[in-house]
Amino acid sequence: MAFEGLSERLQGTMTKIKGKGKLSEADVKEMMREVRFALIEADVNLKVVKSFIKKVSERAVGLEVMESLTPGQQVVKIVKDELTELMGGEQSKIEFATRQPTVIMMVGLQGAGKTTTTGKLAGVLRKKNNRKPLLVAADVYRPAAINQLETIGKQLSLPVFSKGTEANPVDIAREAIEHAKAEHLDTVIIDTAGRLHVDEQLMQELKDIRSIKEPDEIFLVVDAMTGQDAVNVAQSFDDAIGITGVVLTKLDGDTRGGAALSIRTVTEKPIKYIGTGEKMDALEPFHPERMASRILGMGDMLSLIEKAQTNVDEAKAKELEEKFRTSSFTFDDFLEQLDQVKQMGPLDEILKMLPGANKIKGLENAKVDESQMGRVEAIIRSMTIQEKTTPEIINANRKKRIARGSGTSIQDVNRLLKQFEDMKKMMKQMSGMAGKKGKKKMSMPGLDSLFK
Amino acid sequence: MSFFKKLKDKFSNNVEEEQSTEKYREGLSKTRTGFTSKINDLVARYRKVDEDFFEELEEVLLQADVGFETVIELMEELRYEVQRQNVKDTSNVQSVISEKLVEIYEAGDQELSELTFAESGPTVILMVGVNGVGKTTTIGKLAQRLKNEGKTVMLAAGDTFRAGAIDQLDVWGQRVGVETIKQSEGSDPAAVMYDAVRAAKSRNIDVLICDTAGRLQNKVNLMNELQKVHRVIAREIPGAPHEVLLALDATTGQNAMIQAQTFKEVTEVTGIVLTKLDGTAKGGIVLAIRNKLNIPVKFVGLGEKLDDLQPFDPQKYVYGLFAEGLDREEQEEMDSDK
Repeated sequence: MAFEGLSERLQGTMTKIKGKGKLSEADVKEMMREVRFALIEADVNLKVVKSFIKKVSERAVGLEVMESLTPGQQVVKIVKDELTELMGGEQSKIEFATRQPTVIMMVGLQGAGKTTTTGKLAGVLRKKNNRKPLLVAADVYRPAAINQLETIGKQLSLPVFSKGTEANPVDIAREAIEHAKAEHLDTVIIDTAGRLHVDEQLMQELKDIRSIKEPDEIFLVVDAMTGQDAVNVAQSFDDAIGITGVVLTKLDGDTRGGAALSIRTVTEKPIKYIGTGEKMDALEPFHPERMASRILGMGDMLSLIEKAQTNVDEAKAKELEEKFRTSSFTFDDFLEQLDQVKQMGPLDEILKMLPGANKIKGLENAKVDESQMGRVEAIIRSMTIQEKTTPEIINANRKKRIARGSGTSIQDVNRLLKQFEDMKKMMKQMSGMAGKKGKKKMSMPGLDSLFK
Repeated sequence: MSFFKKLKDKFSNNVEEEQSTEKYREGLSKTRTGFTSKINDLVARYRKVDEDFFEELEEVLLQADVGFETVIELMEELRYEVQRQNVKDTSNVQSVISEKLVEIYEAGDQELSELTFAESGPTVILMVGVNGVGKTTTIGKLAQRLKNEGKTVMLAAGDTFRAGAIDQLDVWGQRVGVETIKQSEGSDPAAVMYDAVRAAKSRNIDVLICDTAGRLQNKVNLMNELQKVHRVIAREIPGAPHEVLLALDATTGQNAMIQAQTFKEVTEVTGIVLTKLDGTAKGGIVLAIRNKLNIPVKFVGLGEKLDDLQPFDPQKYVYGLFAEGLDREEQEEMDSDK
């Protein structure tokens, strides 16, 4: 069962209130129902959803609908902006101690991925921050947990401090910190046992470990698939030991990850890293905006809208449309369009932003050949002004010259000419259709086929 | 008789039931004191079945991760039922509701919560699920349970990927006192299964429980690998695996539905083990899964001890869902009143 994203959900309500300049209270209320639905399906905690919706509604009512957006898109934009802001705006960096060693504690429920994350984090800190980490095996309860960390240490060629399963975790941590000082290892990462937040005895153990030397970071490791209970878990751990940040794991799955918002709201602690795979290097910094899009299930459509908004000149677009209709679209116009697309960013990134694109098989690794785009440009720039405006005059001789001038082959030139012709035909048809409905069309059909 | 009283009476009919309920209650609520008085309070609070009651019920269900769709469906049915029966006495309405709630779970006509065993030869149970849900721990507990029933049990260490997974299963095997068939880390899990099934057959083992590596359901290669494991087992023993149990973390939200669906497509999941129910999470999504995919919950994990695996009882489960859910609402209301 695939969940619909918020954009799709809002489509129904969107049509009803199209063409209005301002969002009325009733419009917003209706749309907020869909927002509520989408957020709950994304596992955002009900109470968090409620307060969130209240906030967004206040912002949305009476707001002018931007020229280029429909009311629905406008609401999605507000929702996403608010969500992004809530999720932490700026990325936050890890805190290191001024006096060595830096101590980092990893805590969380069973099965959240603490041990794996401990290894990944150590790898990242060594590589990116030039630290010398010591892994500490303080999970003496789960069978073979120590063994797991030792294996990870071996894989990464990092030292692991362990004292077997008979030792007390508090003693292990204390000795590990001493050991790190003696060995001049500047970062101690303590892998604690998974525990339920309601287990008072084990929560006390965490407090005891914390009191050895105030850790510079206490990371709560949370499974991204966590549902409504995320608030209880995060709140309890924060209340008991005061976490400094969150690591969200298993984001390489297909969960929406609404837990991120819940946790962020109740603890107000930043999400610092996300786990994105089983490999030891699959730990990435957290991007609030991407997470917001993910929760709303809409790719990065809004950044795309925003990009298009800032980069496509309205007046020019109108002019173009006119040209489509009258078939006076030339290679010069085409070049201009290419430039606009290029300004929006690398093409494969734009592709990734399209909602649903992540579901298309093979596309996740799709690389758009930017050099192909350069080649097209070169061919056009090798044409004379006359050739650009009336491509029909391009005969075999001219083709040969263009190919030579652009460093391409006659086949390349032929292909571009044919595609340009096809494109013009299609645009004429489409703008004809759009003209009847009175809609603006700015798409470039056939553009994709140019880069394959 | 009122909703909660009725449920409560159902459980207190005999002492054995009471103990088992106690275990559930213990698992489902770590903070509860004065069980009876709380229940009475709840009943007192919900004398009336009005819109407020429905709304609160809806929120309790949503917060238990039941999922929007199922909750909305259920609420519609409940409202309809209340209207249809046109009951004046509100306490009767509550009993209608209690029945309806258990009914959503028991909708399937056959009794599915028992394990299926092979008529002759070894029974094979395959444990599957995403990472970190408690597959290996569940296997340990399940092995203990089956051994207590007088069966001979063998384990197969099919998680050859995660560091330390083989040792982890091995430790459980030693605790329970059963043999674990294993190969080295990184070896082909299908080959481990082949060995294990052969060993189980030649040693006349009653039940072989196979561990597999945790895998996220959207990893196509890993799901193909699981399919291969399934195929190898089926080839060696016709009709096997007799049970494919999907371990589901009660903390998991709506993604559990996708997990159930995908794993069912790949391995014909026959039942769910709902783990980590001893926290504050309810795993309400199993109601939706039962509703949509007709996969029953067979066991619940209520703690870390060897005997903390219990057969699933829908009535007790539903009861736990509400008693504590409404309890919490009430507590919060009281807190905010202060």
